[in-house]
Amino acid sequence: MWVLLTQIFPYAIAFTIPLLITSLGGLFSERSGVVNIGLEGLMVVGMFASAVTISTLQPVLPEGAIWIGLLSAMVFGALFSLLHAFASINLNADQVISGTAINMIAGALTVFIARNMTGSGNIRITSGFSRMNIPILHNIPIIGKLFFTQTYISTWLVLLILLVSWTVIYKTAFGLRLRSCGEHPHAADAAGVNVYLIRYMSVMISGAFAGLGGAVLLVTIAGEFSGSVAGLGFLSLAALIFGQWKPLGILGATFFFGFSATLANVSQVVPALASIPGIILKTFPYVVTLIALVVFSKSSSAPRAIGEPFEHGKR
Amino acid sequence: MKIKINKQIYIGLISVLLGLIAGAILMAFTGNNPFLGYSYLFRGGLMNIERIGNTLATATPLIFTGLSVAFAFKTGLFNIGASGQMLFGGLCATAIALTFNMPRVLLLPTMIFAAMLGGGLWAFIPGLLKARFNVHEVVSTIMMNWISYWTIYYTVPAFFKGEFLETESRTIPKIASLKADWLTDLFNGSFINYGLFLAIIAVVVIAVILNKTVLGFELKAAGYNRFGAEYAGMKVNRNIILSMVIAGALAGLGGATFYLGYASNIQIGVLPTLGFDGIAAALLGGLNPYGVMAASIFFGIFHSGKGFMNAMTSIPPEIGDTIIATIIYFAATSVLIERAMNIVRKKVKGEN
Repeated sequence: MWVLLTQIFPYAIAFTIPLLITSLGGLFSERSGVVNIGLEGLMVVGMFASAVTISTLQPVLPEGAIWIGLLSAMVFGALFSLLHAFASINLNADQVISGTAINMIAGALTVFIARNMTGSGNIRITSGFSRMNIPILHNIPIIGKLFFTQTYISTWLVLLILLVSWTVIYKTAFGLRLRSCGEHPHAADAAGVNVYLIRYMSVMISGAFAGLGGAVLLVTIAGEFSGSVAGLGFLSLAALIFGQWKPLGILGATFFFGFSATLANVSQVVPALASIPGIILKTFPYVVTLIALVVFSKSSSAPRAIGEPFEHGKR
Repeated sequence: MKIKINKQIYIGLISVLLGLIAGAILMAFTGNNPFLGYSYLFRGGLMNIERIGNTLATATPLIFTGLSVAFAFKTGLFNIGASGQMLFGGLCATAIALTFNMPRVLLLPTMIFAAMLGGGLWAFIPGLLKARFNVHEVVSTIMMNWISYWTIYYTVPAFFKGEFLETESRTIPKIASLKADWLTDLFNGSFINYGLFLAIIAVVVIAVILNKTVLGFELKAAGYNRFGAEYAGMKVNRNIILSMVIAGALAGLGGATFYLGYASNIQIGVLPTLGFDGIAAALLGGLNPYGVMAASIFFGIFHSGKGFMNAMTSIPPEIGDTIIATIIYFAATSVLIERAMNIVRKKVKGEN
């Protein structure tokens, strides 16, 4: 059992990280009051941007290409999210519809461009990040084996971003303003907060993070852009709600998804799991999410003004 | 008498126009001739009777998923799970088609009923969760989509494995297909099938329910203001569940027309995009059943014409989806169009 756990953990963590960063992006957007169902599409955009950047730069710049790729994913994710920000903040559009449009545009447009570039619509990168053991730390008993062996550098980057985000949201003036925009935008407005600006920034952060999520997926797990992230963006959205719009909550929720998905994937080769029908293992995370939503429904800590357009002169 | 044209229709048409312009820019940007591209796209969808038949056959499941989304939307519910519902409804209908040996007049209605039941069941759960526990239907229907995806993934190979491929079910017997010889012959061997007639019936039925019945009134009331409806003594919770079930049944029917009409078996590992395209059809159709049908047929042209365009030019077929997605973005931001329309109207009046 222990050996199995140490074998599964690196994969579970690798699967968790793209979900975590995307979900964290969603957290910024939704805590400021803008529903962002377009996370899936923003991930696709990020994956596409990084795939193009990395595959172009890798021949000339083998070392830095991946990092520049991650950066370009964040930039393009943020730019693309402006479409959603404009629709839902300035035009008071239905945010769910606008987000759906983002998903559809991203999925179609990136493949359209990719086909113009490669013909098949798939973009391969030569190599992504490689796994490594953290010096010294990986020798610690138990946790060294679980958390510090066979890790990707992007994992630590994302965890660092999580830490910074937590600090920003709970310990800075910007974070307080952001949260107030999501709870009661008119009160925030009366206190002199520029609700439009805060919401724009939050949506762009969500775009950048979701873009990074797509890029991390590319350089750690996928290795190839093929026009979709297979529902991971939607899963991140579910994790955001499962985690009750709290940074540590979504860390737990995304790790739960990562772990159970990995468990389902390896079930065939593990005798202890092979007896459980695949259908149960595969649907397990989704069923648990539904149950969790029911359990949390009484004490839901959803931002109060979520999905509500803000109009300056409404009252 | 002056014919009054609905504002929704204007917005829809302008959205389409803007989407087409965006598509043209994209084509030009990638070094293709947009006029040539569009002419092949529309010829691919409408060139001859067979292609028209295929366009209608492509539009058929889309009409159902579009109706499904639009109907739920009228009750204030966003049914993003039409994909999962049509998949599960399709599985139920396929199971009937592959299991039972009945005369055609009995088999087809049983299949159709099973599809409605399956889709309805799949939407009942999010409806119940919404009504009882206030779980947001967007998340729960997305979860149901994936549960449906994996259910089909394991059920089909276990019980209905195809002759050659593990990844699809057996081909359904000809007797169970919604295709009919006279219809196929009439349209020169196209995919068109009885599903289209079902779709037309569904459009009329839904339009009547929404506009002429007490139930429709109550459903819309719950959509406009849930608490107001409750205060007026309507059973809002029951109506939310009912609305989801009807939406799911419609999506399930779409599954039957797709897997047993347009195709002749069900494939695993594919979450049909028709559920999401249905959102597009519902929005472009202004949530009006007849509008949904028109929008679906319009999108049908794109879907059946893009292959031909891709064969004749170097434009990737994804341009079709890109244009549809852009149209939806413009439809979602219709406020912008309305403002522009108002400005134009004022200018015209000012000049007079």
